[in-house]
Amino acid sequence: MAEIILEVKNLTTKFKRDKGTVTAVDNVSFEINKGEILGLVGESGCGKSVTSLSIMRLLIDTSGKITSGKIILDGKNIDDVPEREMRQIRGKKMAMIFQEPMTSLNPCMRIDKQMTEAILLHNNITKKEAYERAFQVLKSVGIPDPKNTLQSFPHQLSGGMSQRVMIAMAMSCEPELLIADEPTTALDVTIQAQILELMMKIRNEKNMGILMITHDLGVVATMCSRVVVMYAGRVMEEAPVEELFANPLHPYTKGLIASVPKLGANVASLPSIPGSVPDLSVMPKGCKFAPRCESQMAICHKEEPELMLVTEGKMRKCRCHLLNSNKEEGNV
Amino acid sequence: MSTPLISVKNVVKTFPVNQGMLTSKRLVHAVNHVSFDIMQGETFSLVGESGCGKSTTGRLIDHLLIPDSGEIWFDNKEISKLPEKEMRPFRSDIQMIFQDPYGSLNPRIKVQDLIGEPLLIHTKMSSGERLKKVHELLDIVGLNAIHGERYPHEFSGGQRQRIGIARALTVNPKLIIADEPVSALDVSIQAQVLNLLQRLQKEFRLTYLFISHDLSVVEMISDRIGVMYLGTIVETAPKEELYHNPRHPYTKALISAVPIPDPTRIKKRITLEGDLPSPLNPPSGCLFHTRCAYCTDKCKSESPPERIFGGEHTVKCHYPNPGEE
Repeated sequence: MAEIILEVKNLTTKFKRDKGTVTAVDNVSFEINKGEILGLVGESGCGKSVTSLSIMRLLIDTSGKITSGKIILDGKNIDDVPEREMRQIRGKKMAMIFQEPMTSLNPCMRIDKQMTEAILLHNNITKKEAYERAFQVLKSVGIPDPKNTLQSFPHQLSGGMSQRVMIAMAMSCEPELLIADEPTTALDVTIQAQILELMMKIRNEKNMGILMITHDLGVVATMCSRVVVMYAGRVMEEAPVEELFANPLHPYTKGLIASVPKLGANVASLPSIPGSVPDLSVMPKGCKFAPRCESQMAICHKEEPELMLVTEGKMRKCRCHLLNSNKEEGNV
Repeated sequence: MSTPLISVKNVVKTFPVNQGMLTSKRLVHAVNHVSFDIMQGETFSLVGESGCGKSTTGRLIDHLLIPDSGEIWFDNKEISKLPEKEMRPFRSDIQMIFQDPYGSLNPRIKVQDLIGEPLLIHTKMSSGERLKKVHELLDIVGLNAIHGERYPHEFSGGQRQRIGIARALTVNPKLIIADEPVSALDVSIQAQVLNLLQRLQKEFRLTYLFISHDLSVVEMISDRIGVMYLGTIVETAPKEELYHNPRHPYTKALISAVPIPDPTRIKKRITLEGDLPSPLNPPSGCLFHTRCAYCTDKCKSESPPERIFGGEHTVKCHYPNPGEE
């Protein structure tokens, strides 16, 4: 049995707005094993980033609040630990890589200072040792001249280089869980390929769990072993990656996979999902995807389907009324 | 053979960079001797990584920038040196769709006025006629007349891009320059907008210059593709030829770097080492030699000439794939 590093149970996060509250993340549950890369996929506004911020407990300065749910990191429930203790966990036990490497680094601070800051905070070592550690980590993420890079300011680095620095920073305290929020979205394809390869290498060496948040199904297919598909703050489907692509159950997943342009497919036009993502404050009743769904039924507009376990043991879950009606007809 | 709608000949554009008071001015070669033709009704795509000069090329054609040297022929007229006043009539023939649907619409103007503005400038329509035309256009791009009364912030990214497209169509352009029109959109919306662009091309006999960094998006929409690297076009070919028989090592790497949404396909990936070199300080000889796996001494010293294969496939490489010459 694989060891579970992170377990998220019925997480709900709400944001205060002028006119009441909106639910950005609604009853989301998943778990990540050690050494596993879990993909969290969905379009913008589906709550994937809020999920990651909730796990890191970084919503304090916003109007967002975790209203219910449990986050269990390495067997320890962390949702009621005080902020002081949380600071020990952040960076040391779990670390995060953000989407925009250019804006997530402090522009007024040299790289050495930014990197050693975290190392010194979490380890009882001297400045010199911390500097040496920063040097080694930068080297391990493939930065050709770590010494020079440590002396640079962020604006002197290219996008790919800054993302490597971000990864190095996250890796510097050897966390057991890495949350990567769209780590390659801002990068060019050739640089993206480099960064993805690097993340795989680190995962293999350190056997840590990675939560890979992305909207790019291509990235998911190359990197992840299991995938959680989110839509409008909910988990719509969860499946091992091969099964998700070979046999997507939810109509949303089907549409999403179909609308990705594939190299060499040479099609005249792309299948697309009509309409757009619903506004969080005016959610449709019933299934949140129903208005855009091509196989919508009367029940879809009345009742929201439950997330059901489809196949035992394989952790295959799906939230759709179609499954029920298929079951009654004996198709599944 | 038909004459091309637009013909770019040996265009060079440099930008001065100030390196401080005492050092002399240096030049960045953003676009370096670029030439290509686009036929009537064709979609030509420029692909490349950020900073390769693809957007600058688009701006040069739209006369938003003036080239340092070289010629741009549009509809059999040289337009690159025209003063702004004489350029005016051509403005309605060349329209642009921008990347960022959030930044390219004025947030304080109603959508119907945004779309109607080009009509105000280029035609003598009355306000009633203009509104009618705007409603027609909204319908064409898949929105409806009520949407015209709203402001840009009330729309989603995909809808805004549709507004941008409607605005470009108002004056019946011949050429549309689409600069990364779908890169800011989600996949499901991206497919909608690409399909719309394709439908409009058939309906209005449009010619597209499509600028993108995403090879998988470009494949569906283009007829021919030009791959840019550090301000030069390194390979041009019809799309089937480019995807099935790429000859430049950079094109090969670019194609292989695209992640394929199919976990069962284990791919041999060519990973390029290092970053894009600075255009301020371009490498000697072949521009790509610093990242190329097949680099030889010849590549480091000599700039490769352009070679033509099978009529339409041009490559700038000393060692293009073995094949018919």
